[in-house]
Amino acid sequence: MALKVTDLRVYYRTLRGEVKALDGVTFSVADGEIMGLAGESGSGKSTLAKSLIRLDGRMRHVGGTVELDGRAMPLSDDTAMDEFRFRKVSLIPQYSMSALNPTRKIGKMIGELLESRGERPDRAELERRLELVGLSKDVLDRYPIELSGGMKQRVVMVISTLLNPSLLIADEVTSALDVSSQKAVATTLLGFRDHGLVTSMMVVTHDISLVYQIADTIMVMYAGRLAEKAPADALVNAPRHPYTQQLISALPEVGVRYEDRRLTGIPGNPPSLLNPPGGCRFRDRCPLASGQCAEQPPFAEVAPGHFVACWKAE
Amino acid sequence: MSEASPEAQPRTPTARREALHFALRNRKLVVGTIIIGVFLVAAVFGPMTIDHKPTDYVGPPMTPPSSEFWFGTTTFGQDVFAQFLYGLRSTFLVGALGGVLAAAVGMVVGFVAGYRGGWVDELLNMLTNIVLVLPALVVLLIVNAYLGVRSIGVQALFIGLTSWPWAARAIRAQTFSLRSRDFVDLARLSGVRTPKIILREIAPNMSSYLFLTFILLFGSAILIAASLDFIGLGPTDSVSLGLMLNNAARWSALQLGMWWWFIPPGAGITAIVGALYVMNVGLDEVFNPKLREM
Amino acid sequence: MRRYFGRKLLIYGLTFFVAVTINWMIPRFMPGDPVSSMLSRANVAQPEAVEAMRAHYNALFGFDLPLWRQYLNFWGALLKGDLGISIWLFPTPVTDVIIRAVPYTLGLLLPSILLSWFAGNRFGAFAARRKWLDNSVLPVGYVLTATPYMWLAILLAWALGIVAGVFPVAGAYGFDLQPSWSWEFVGSLAQHWFLPFASLFLVAFGGWAIGMRNMIIYELEADYVNYLRALGAPMRLVRRYAFRNAILPQITGLALQLGVLVAGALVTEIVFSYPGLGHLILQAIQNQDFFLLQGTFLFIVIGVLIANFVIDVAYVLVDPRTRTGMGGQA
Repeated sequence: MALKVTDLRVYYRTLRGEVKALDGVTFSVADGEIMGLAGESGSGKSTLAKSLIRLDGRMRHVGGTVELDGRAMPLSDDTAMDEFRFRKVSLIPQYSMSALNPTRKIGKMIGELLESRGERPDRAELERRLELVGLSKDVLDRYPIELSGGMKQRVVMVISTLLNPSLLIADEVTSALDVSSQKAVATTLLGFRDHGLVTSMMVVTHDISLVYQIADTIMVMYAGRLAEKAPADALVNAPRHPYTQQLISALPEVGVRYEDRRLTGIPGNPPSLLNPPGGCRFRDRCPLASGQCAEQPPFAEVAPGHFVACWKAE
Repeated sequence: MSEASPEAQPRTPTARREALHFALRNRKLVVGTIIIGVFLVAAVFGPMTIDHKPTDYVGPPMTPPSSEFWFGTTTFGQDVFAQFLYGLRSTFLVGALGGVLAAAVGMVVGFVAGYRGGWVDELLNMLTNIVLVLPALVVLLIVNAYLGVRSIGVQALFIGLTSWPWAARAIRAQTFSLRSRDFVDLARLSGVRTPKIILREIAPNMSSYLFLTFILLFGSAILIAASLDFIGLGPTDSVSLGLMLNNAARWSALQLGMWWWFIPPGAGITAIVGALYVMNVGLDEVFNPKLREM
Repeated sequence: MRRYFGRKLLIYGLTFFVAVTINWMIPRFMPGDPVSSMLSRANVAQPEAVEAMRAHYNALFGFDLPLWRQYLNFWGALLKGDLGISIWLFPTPVTDVIIRAVPYTLGLLLPSILLSWFAGNRFGAFAARRKWLDNSVLPVGYVLTATPYMWLAILLAWALGIVAGVFPVAGAYGFDLQPSWSWEFVGSLAQHWFLPFASLFLVAFGGWAIGMRNMIIYELEADYVNYLRALGAPMRLVRRYAFRNAILPQITGLALQLGVLVAGALVTEIVFSYPGLGHLILQAIQNQDFFLLQGTFLFIVIGVLIANFVIDVAYVLVDPRTRTGMGGQA
């Protein structure tokens, strides 16, 4: 089991109090698994992705544990986490286009980064990996400003996977791209796993239809909690959670992000995470809701590898 | 001032309340505002409590601070405290007038250059760069020496006309980045005229930035005026903090050990300008959530 | 790159042109007949000086000629290096008077600008996001940068010169000395140099330190920093990158601040009666020596233009983006 997350709680400090952005999530990602992580903005999926690599200044690890390859990750200890970062868990950020230091040649920056982590730069290997994503070794002698956005993103993808991490988190990597580039990026991610450069992967996205093409499993979050996790086919074709069902049925054509559509199919809004109501958080918008839903349903395995947090999912 | 782009202005009530919340808790902003407030009150109401002119010979010469003359007297027996209060008034006046004028010129040039682009931009940019490179104080020296400056108003006018370029440049860059935003496009497509677009759509979206710019122009106008006064090219019809320094230096206050003559005016300028700078940083932190310290 | 420098040079050329034109035009705005009003204002004792002035003014301004001729004549004299005769030091040519003063001003300005820039940037970068330093030392930076140059100069002269008696407070060397290459003279030079240098240095230092501190804070929020941190890069590397990137706007800032720094040097020289250009300006104003004033003005403008150009070159050397963006080799 590559990644094991148990009852993880991460809150945001804000003026009006603590926002419970991640409120007790438990799941695991197997070796070799590519897991798509979907949900609306504010569902906690970005918080989850960030928590696994670096909490920002306003985030607080309130409870729960994360184990990677059997070792507990000290989420709230920024210094101790450094040991995991890059080597064990790595990130392809949403802001790939601006993730490179503008005043360093790319090759030099990579060398300095590796050196600062006590790793020996291996020029031949680096060139091989650039080739793998379709870049010539010339980019190493270029400044970021000389590359196109797509090239920069591929450079970032190469850097992030350079030390063969156990877990790669790809955070909304396709959201800024056109449809054909999205496909290319998805294929590249798949290649990383198939070539053994990364063990497992978590692909955070707005776009279920895109992640469906590469993911083995898909996990859906709602209002800081997990709604459903299942093999990709099962989740898309036979979702059990009412929220997932509505999400899938509201799914537009490939490539259009449903955030833009504001989920018109589902009336109402997600609850405030400042002071969330008890019980199932989808209750107010759920067509199937009943008195039982006042109690939080467990994230239970209803079929092999298929977990749902809903009383009606049996 | 930083070059980073300002965040889109908070328009919602909660965001505004949040900004106010941070403003009241921002030590830099609160301290700066209090200092400016105290000096402003002294400048506005202080002179009313003095029943003689600041240049009158009212006391024994060269007396150190006492209960009668709080800041002592000059070589000629003038009341330094009275001069200080009147000088504060001049300082605020020249800062406000010079700052407003420089901000106005800078805004017009910056908005037009950034919004229109093309050859208008080229031309204005060229003008901006020329005025930017010319050392303002030295130009003012020449102008003041030949034409003579009698009043604070004229002094502020000249200062305003020479110190706008960097503001124009900064505003131009901001305008440039706002020009292609959706709401500006929308206004343009619906046939709104250019001045109106700038006034209604662009300016409000960088109001915090404009305010910060004004504060810095205010401070620099005060410093330039003080330098001119000190060199002896200040207004001839009033008292200012710079002129006090000029007189103190000219009549050997240093050699005579009359510290009460040259310390208050300099301290006053430093406190006002310093408070303005600190306010500026504080406001920047309030407006720009990234800089807020949690 | 050629285009970039071509543009810059064009602007500097135009600026010089504007400066000369200001010089030519301003006297024409004086109320009444400029020559007689200038002559009456100049309180010159020697009659031959008055005559020389009248002759010179008439030749220079040539008020009976058409305007464009007057203007061309003005340029002609200028290009010959003829800035007129100083009234204050009659009959020394203005050019000579200025050239004698320039080394003193440069000797103050160059070290104080360069040292304050380097030290201020280092210090500001160091203080940024280090809480105790940020909170305790930076207020001092704000006070320093808000201090009028002449006031700090007066304070230093009073405290270290008059009260403590450690440093002399007037002139560039002892009154009893003649310029020579003796140890005694150089020592005296250094002693007299220190206080004006220190006051220029301190005010500028505060400004640079604060500017750098703010720039670094912006840089530390940049995406590339977040990415490096996510990959576990040590703060050492992150700060090195941030410093390197924050220094670029500080170089631009140096160009923008030149005018202010020069102004600072002028008033500081006045406080210390230091025989540089600032002192000349004061004398020119007090003696109504307009040739000297105009000549000094032109010299300062030329100096600032040269300095600007040097900074442009430095910027191109430091920022790779200007080089690649300008079609060197893409």
